[in-house]
Amino acid sequence: MQRLARVETETAAPHVGECVTIKVALAGQPNVGKSTIFNGLTGMNQHVGNWPGKTVEQKTGGCARGDKQFDFVDLPGTYSLTANSEEERLARDYILHERPDVVVAVVDAAIPERSLYLLAELLLLPAPVVLVLNMMDVAAHEGIQVEPRVLEAALGIPVVPMSATKHQGFEALLDAVVAVWEGAYPYNPHRPVILPAHQTVLEELIMWVATYVPKPYPADWVALKLLEGDDEIVTMMQSALPADVWGRVHNTLLHHEDAILDIAGARYAWISRMIRAAVVRPKVGPMGLTARLDRVLTHPLWGTLALLGVLAVVFWLTYTIGSPLQGWLDALIQQGAEALRNGLQGALPRWTVDLLADGLVGGAGMVVTFLPILVIFFAVLGFLEDTGYMARAAYITDRFMHVMGLHGKSFLPLLLGFGCNVPAILGTRIIETKRARWLTILLAPLIPCTARMAVVAVLAPLFFGEAAVWVAWGLAAVNLGVLAVLGVVFHRFLLKGEQAMFIMELPLYHLPNARTIGLYVWQNVVAFLQKAGTVILAASVVVWLLSYFPANGDVTQSYLAWIGKGLAPVGALMGLPWMLMVALLTSFVAKENTIATLGVLYGNFEAVLPALITPPAALGFLVVQMLFIPCIATVAAVKQETRSWAWTLLNLGLMLVISFGAGILVYQIGALLVGG
Amino acid sequence: MVPLTALQPGQTGLIHRLRGGHRFVSRLAALGFTPGAPVTVTRNHGIGPLIVAVRETQVALGRGEAGHVLVYLEGDGDATVSQG
Repeated sequence: MQRLARVETETAAPHVGECVTIKVALAGQPNVGKSTIFNGLTGMNQHVGNWPGKTVEQKTGGCARGDKQFDFVDLPGTYSLTANSEEERLARDYILHERPDVVVAVVDAAIPERSLYLLAELLLLPAPVVLVLNMMDVAAHEGIQVEPRVLEAALGIPVVPMSATKHQGFEALLDAVVAVWEGAYPYNPHRPVILPAHQTVLEELIMWVATYVPKPYPADWVALKLLEGDDEIVTMMQSALPADVWGRVHNTLLHHEDAILDIAGARYAWISRMIRAAVVRPKVGPMGLTARLDRVLTHPLWGTLALLGVLAVVFWLTYTIGSPLQGWLDALIQQGAEALRNGLQGALPRWTVDLLADGLVGGAGMVVTFLPILVIFFAVLGFLEDTGYMARAAYITDRFMHVMGLHGKSFLPLLLGFGCNVPAILGTRIIETKRARWLTILLAPLIPCTARMAVVAVLAPLFFGEAAVWVAWGLAAVNLGVLAVLGVVFHRFLLKGEQAMFIMELPLYHLPNARTIGLYVWQNVVAFLQKAGTVILAASVVVWLLSYFPANGDVTQSYLAWIGKGLAPVGALMGLPWMLMVALLTSFVAKENTIATLGVLYGNFEAVLPALITPPAALGFLVVQMLFIPCIATVAAVKQETRSWAWTLLNLGLMLVISFGAGILVYQIGALLVGG
Repeated sequence: MVPLTALQPGQTGLIHRLRGGHRFVSRLAALGFTPGAPVTVTRNHGIGPLIVAVRETQVALGRGEAGHVLVYLEGDGDATVSQG
């Protein structure tokens, strides 16, 4: 792929007969349909990764049309370009440092005033902007008339009407990008200006800093950000300016501390002028769909009941459809492993055959059998997210989360945790403050994931028969109870720092888009396979080796048994033989390993265990199993997201202590009551 | 002049000023909470977060955050701008 070294859009002409690449950045506020446009432009030809050195997701992708190749970068969705969050810094740094050929600014035609605020900031950066009026269909439905041509005349930049969910406007968008890039479009933006009251101050600041501003920042932009009180730019200029100049600048800034409000106010005034002729709102329309739904869904009582109902449906769908599929896949994989064993028998040494059939295929199978449940779970969550309901769920849960020093935004990652803890940890990225984010990460592994519930589903009926369902519910409740207590303790006594701000837009409800949900599922499942799949597979092979050697297949003489016997004293406190301690240990690799290990150690454990272990010990074991240290993939995710070994080890140590403590407590009390 | 938390559902106030740290002010300003902008309370149940409408958008605000937004009520003697 060749790139043209170009600085100004006006100077370059496309090379005839040669493929040229246009670098396009997609910017927009959250909930304006930017992802749908990005997905529509790139299809499956996209790459999801992280911004270099950051934990913010970065999506890139491309498409080709004629002799032109378009490289798209999906900038994080942000309301403004001040250094309030990592996302905002990344978005503006990308435009300043990487200099995209064209920036596409996406706004929601149904709420043009609010969503044009970002454009007011983008126009101050050194890259030409094409404006997309997305959701024209929604606007029309709400009775809002938007005239793209009138807006274009006012703004002096190309304005493209789109309805991305209906695949309308994509060609026109690419046309506009090319026209701006080629210089064929008379690009002459009308930029917002600052209030007269601050004009003199701004000019003064520009004069003072101009010669010291580091590349590639424009001096007038830096001066404006100083006046806005932007932390990052203030710090940057403090070190770039000589002491006396900084003294003057600093003094001036102290006198204009509230300037941000006036600057934002002036931008909104500018927006009002731009859209005055272009947007006609209905005087008093019928009550919109969103308002009618929210009368129920954000009501303190009805909204809470609705949320519980939604959660019930989520879990019902996940388990009733997912579990049979899981069983079916499991059987299929075991058949495959047997076929492999029979096929290779004699051709390779016995341990190699066993390693391939049991360690490798078995480990891969474990990952595969999780897919149905994860796909269904993410599909339902993607659906709720795409309709706009998730923001309401966060609002409803905010008052409950507040007790733990968290707020509603922590609800979504915790909910993801019921599917798998790994996406839950990754999902904490939506939480803005570090304190709230780290606390959510600490608590997320306590959410009973599908793997742990699967173990309970197998073991509980052996000991508790008909009552197994209630035991399962009780165990899940214990986990959530421990989570709540731990949250309160950390919030009240251990973690100092600011309470997280809860400021969240409630977007308009709209019909979900199958493609968006599909990609959401796809990306989450791929992330799971990459993060968890590889680790589970590798660890499964290691455990297999430990259980096979040095006695060539006799597990009772293996390294694993040796470790388990070392833990026997702890097990004795819970009335558990060493085999169950080994089963717990292997659950560190993947929770469902507990069952596999019991199978290896006992053979037909369903028949043997009930006679060996008393109900109090069994209950104790299940409690430990539910609260035990998270699986290795979750631990890896915690380390990756916090970049802190201390926090990761704290997490592990805490869960180890809590789980054994709770297990010993349950067994000892149970033994006292019914006799162990 | 009253904090947003003092408004009943359906009541509208005009923003006077925002109290709080720079990041807080800057975030709310970007969402359209600027002096003079009308804000209508949609939900306020005495406890828990509020929902308010500002510049065509519904925004959920924690109770603490909403308490830092000071508004003029209609008919308030201080109000210099009448609601449009």
